[in-house]
Amino acid sequence: MTFMSFDIYSFYKKMEHNDVMLSFKGNVTSNMLDSMLHIMESKLDDLGEPNKVKKKVYNILVECLQNLYHHRDEMKRPGKDEDSAAVFMIGKTADDYNIITGNYIKNNRIDKLKRRIDQVNSLDKDGLKQLYKEVLNDPTRSEKGGGGLGIIDIARKSGRKLGYDFMQVDADHSFFSLYIKIPQLV
Amino acid sequence: MGKVSIEGTPKTPTVNFDPENAVMELKGRSIPENSIEFYKPVVDALDDYSKAPKDATSVNIQLEYFNTSSSKCILDLFKKLESIHKSGKEVVINWHYEEDDEDMLEAGEDYQAIIKVPFKMIEVEG
Repeated sequence: MTFMSFDIYSFYKKMEHNDVMLSFKGNVTSNMLDSMLHIMESKLDDLGEPNKVKKKVYNILVECLQNLYHHRDEMKRPGKDEDSAAVFMIGKTADDYNIITGNYIKNNRIDKLKRRIDQVNSLDKDGLKQLYKEVLNDPTRSEKGGGGLGIIDIARKSGRKLGYDFMQVDADHSFFSLYIKIPQLV
Repeated sequence: MGKVSIEGTPKTPTVNFDPENAVMELKGRSIPENSIEFYKPVVDALDDYSKAPKDATSVNIQLEYFNTSSSKCILDLFKKLESIHKSGKEVVINWHYEEDDEDMLEAGEDYQAIIKVPFKMIEVEG
């Protein structure tokens, strides 16, 4: 598709239909991250959400966006435009906030990530609390970012199973999507 | 000596550490991308202090948000406090959370379960 034939109206309808509050495609830099958090914070304020919901959504957003930020170097595909790095979307339906992130990932990293998400999805509230404490208190996990804590924290705070998908794009890379649902329980 | 005074920003907390009066305060938001870098001067100052701590140290944590990257650094601070407590000195961590912010209360309880230092959970108005 060429740019001039891009159907902006159907794009608009799609965003409206899914109640998209903010979407972004590009290279997740520190400045970009600040801007997105800033926009979302004022949107959440405008919606008059209870403090509790606002904090939950904001906290999960921070983890999602910082996950994309910390892994930005691993997401690039060789020979590809580096600003094809990641996509992010947040929307709100009657009952839930929905966050979707998407990024390229090396195929050899899929297993580890898949195992972590499956593990998190297999646990109940207490199980997640236990795992969180274990990982937090594990001195060998001191990689950049939270050392694997992010996914556990997102699952814990959202209180819902995480959806995911890996779509292979070439011999070495796949596109990883993560779906997060945050109920607006009050 | 060893005093730390850092003004808060939208992504990093206000930090005040006064070794003379044995009081530490962490207040605001802690969501920097690189938490290790931010917390290093605080961890170092507390490390120094732990060599000759006062009889009673009091720590006030009043965070609105913190990311998982900060949670590791906060644990590091608490571990230093734990070693001070182990040496027979009094240490108390006052963990503040806004009313109905269960996530923040739970986060405090997680630390309480890991760190052998007396915690006080203090509810504040949102």
